[in-house]
Amino acid sequence: MSEFEPKIVAFVCNWCTYAGADLTGTSRIKYSANVRIVRFPCTGRIDYMLLTKAFASGADGIIVSGCHPNDCHYTSGNFYARRRWMVFKKICDFMGIDTRRIVFSWVSAAEGGKWAEIVNSTNEEIKKLGPYESYHKLSTQDILA
Amino acid sequence: MARIGVFICHCGENISATVDCPKVSEVAAKFPGVVYSIDYKYMCSDPGQSMVVNAIKEHKLTGVVVSACSPRMHEPTFRRACAEAGLNPYLCEMANIREHCSWVHEKGDKTDQKAIDVVRMMVEKVKRNNALMSIKVPVTKTALVIGGGVAGIQAALDIANAGHKVIMVERDPSIGGHMSQLSETFPTLDCSQCILTPRMVEVAQNPNIKLYTYAEVESVEGFVGNFTVKIRKKAKSVDETVCNGCGLCTTKCPNKKIPNEFELGMGKRPAIYVPFPQAVPNIPVIDKINCTYYKTGKCKICEKVCQAKAIRFDQEDEIIEVAVGAIAICTGFDVKKTDFFPEYGYGKYKDIIDGLQFERMASASGPTSGEMRRPSDGQTPKKIVFVACAGSRDPAKGIEYCSKICCMYTAKHAMLYKHKVHDGTAYVFYMDIRAAGKNYDEFTRRGIEEDGAKYIRGRVSKIYERDGKLIVVGADTLMNAETVEIEADMVVLATAGVANPGAEELAQKLHVSYDQHKFFSEAHPKLKPVETNTAGIYLAGACQAPKDIPESVAAASGVAGKISCLFANNELTREPLIAFVDRTAPPEYSSCTGCFLCQPVCPYNAIEREDVKDRNGNLIKQLAYINPGLCQGCGTCVAVCKSKSIDIDGYTNSQMYYEVDALLNS
Repeated sequence: MSEFEPKIVAFVCNWCTYAGADLTGTSRIKYSANVRIVRFPCTGRIDYMLLTKAFASGADGIIVSGCHPNDCHYTSGNFYARRRWMVFKKICDFMGIDTRRIVFSWVSAAEGGKWAEIVNSTNEEIKKLGPYESYHKLSTQDILA
Repeated sequence: MARIGVFICHCGENISATVDCPKVSEVAAKFPGVVYSIDYKYMCSDPGQSMVVNAIKEHKLTGVVVSACSPRMHEPTFRRACAEAGLNPYLCEMANIREHCSWVHEKGDKTDQKAIDVVRMMVEKVKRNNALMSIKVPVTKTALVIGGGVAGIQAALDIANAGHKVIMVERDPSIGGHMSQLSETFPTLDCSQCILTPRMVEVAQNPNIKLYTYAEVESVEGFVGNFTVKIRKKAKSVDETVCNGCGLCTTKCPNKKIPNEFELGMGKRPAIYVPFPQAVPNIPVIDKINCTYYKTGKCKICEKVCQAKAIRFDQEDEIIEVAVGAIAICTGFDVKKTDFFPEYGYGKYKDIIDGLQFERMASASGPTSGEMRRPSDGQTPKKIVFVACAGSRDPAKGIEYCSKICCMYTAKHAMLYKHKVHDGTAYVFYMDIRAAGKNYDEFTRRGIEEDGAKYIRGRVSKIYERDGKLIVVGADTLMNAETVEIEADMVVLATAGVANPGAEELAQKLHVSYDQHKFFSEAHPKLKPVETNTAGIYLAGACQAPKDIPESVAAASGVAGKISCLFANNELTREPLIAFVDRTAPPEYSSCTGCFLCQPVCPYNAIEREDVKDRNGNLIKQLAYINPGLCQGCGTCVAVCKSKSIDIDGYTNSQMYYEVDALLNS
């Protein structure tokens, strides 16, 4: 059997982390191909229901990343994202969603190297945790159908 | 029924070397809704764009996915192509398979799969894109220039001469910046003040320029064409409208022992002062921290001697609100001080100075009137050592970059020294001589060949004092790395150029990005060198990275050109990617419950309360209404909306859910 390759979805903001990941590209820093990036205008836009949706659809790990505190293009969106994450994390713990599979971080447009590190470390971490089958099994029905 | 076209770009070999583009195209053709799929060498080229245009017409496409570079690069290009073919430009999406795929992953099935997934995701997204109309906004044809150094002066004059209004804000009591501190400039050795001060006067006299000195930007709101800026005008304690600049107050002030910032501590100034004789405006300010009156409540000598009655001890900081259409950041740089270097004595040796202090020493208007006199005892140094790359290009010091100007000014310093002290010896420790520029290499050669500066290739490991001399210990790497010891009378460190203190804070006020060294980031290193990521905000000069005068001036003129182009329009088009509330008619059926959780999270106060009334005028309910003129499209309200009544174009709930779904359900 081939090695487990996790499916990691990254929810990132357009101004910092998406641009930072662009810089990783222009700097030709290599990282794991297991990550898929979904672009949002701001981390403040990220509806955390999407995280459960991603797990339900088969994701094994999730990265949420935006601008550093005070650097938000829209002044304060990242603060709301962080505040909601604090609440959401508790709800996840309560509901039995494994929060070790969710990485919340800040990556600025200048931190191409940091983006690669976060993807790689998340990839390694999720590999250790294995596929998120326990949750996938619960959600085999297509909620969009 | 969706009819989507997929266009896979090879980007020469940038993508195709790692990603199997024909295979991606083949797989994409089978995605539901895709009616056309093709790969091509350069999608952004003219023939590539024509392929998009023709396919839209031929296959009656309802959506386009261009799978190529980052949308930050070519999204506008392909949106234009779609518009040309008669398709709403907002029905075009980019799948980023270059920066986020081919450039960062190894060739192989996993990378191909990722490219395919990303394309599938964007196909699902574009199916749900709405046709949007761009929003027109008016332009305020006034520019704000932050910083009055040479870059700010150039930008302000160019914009003003194009016929537009300019507001200039300078933190110090006078404009002029670092250039006004320099003695001579390379590679011509012309006097810095002689070329700068006439420009400073021009700024003050230009009817299109409003100058605020001793002022700082307090806050910035708004967007391109329509910024609202609050400026804090610090209290000068002098009425500018009355003061005639006679300078009597500065000569009579009893407290004259304050280290002069303009002379970098090498001279003294009174508590009421103009920073330097050619200051613009020539209006003194009272340094409240050191003024005897502010400290003890007694003195007021300046008030007594002022014949114009201009002293105002009760003056307070003033906040001025201005409307501007564009902002030029020209805040310049700073140099590391000698106390940054433990190996060079942490700044405890008086005769180790930095490059800027040497400029003041060499300047005819400086504390020594241009004579070479070392700070400790006023003697003329007979042996002087210049240390290039003090801090620069030194990862151990956290400054990996080259400060760029030091090679040239060190050569200039050595020459100036030799011109003033004919029997003296000038040593220069250097790593490389980086003299790329018009007449630059000739200049450094002249320093070595004609003026006899002794260049030693190697670094200085230590400087310590012995018998009143500074012992400079270095290596000569061109002589088998032999240790060199020089008994010097004075040492000049060409310390690294760094970002201005306060650069980070300003960047956060302006919402522009900055790098790890706190230098402001340009939108694109090659093609958008003077723009920031925030539309309408531009960069010139050394606030971006260390730059010399010609480069700063060129960038400033570039900024002025960009701003003049912006001001050539009466209206700007804005991306219509903004939030909206569900408006099911009649309004009482809107899913909005009127909880207004969205209101406090909106950074732009764009969310208003709208009354829904019955025919008798009785209030049925209140709905949220998002003012499209104010909304900037962050989408924070979308995520907090409990009833899912708010959505945002470009990133709608349905788009995002289907994107995630498409990514994972291959």
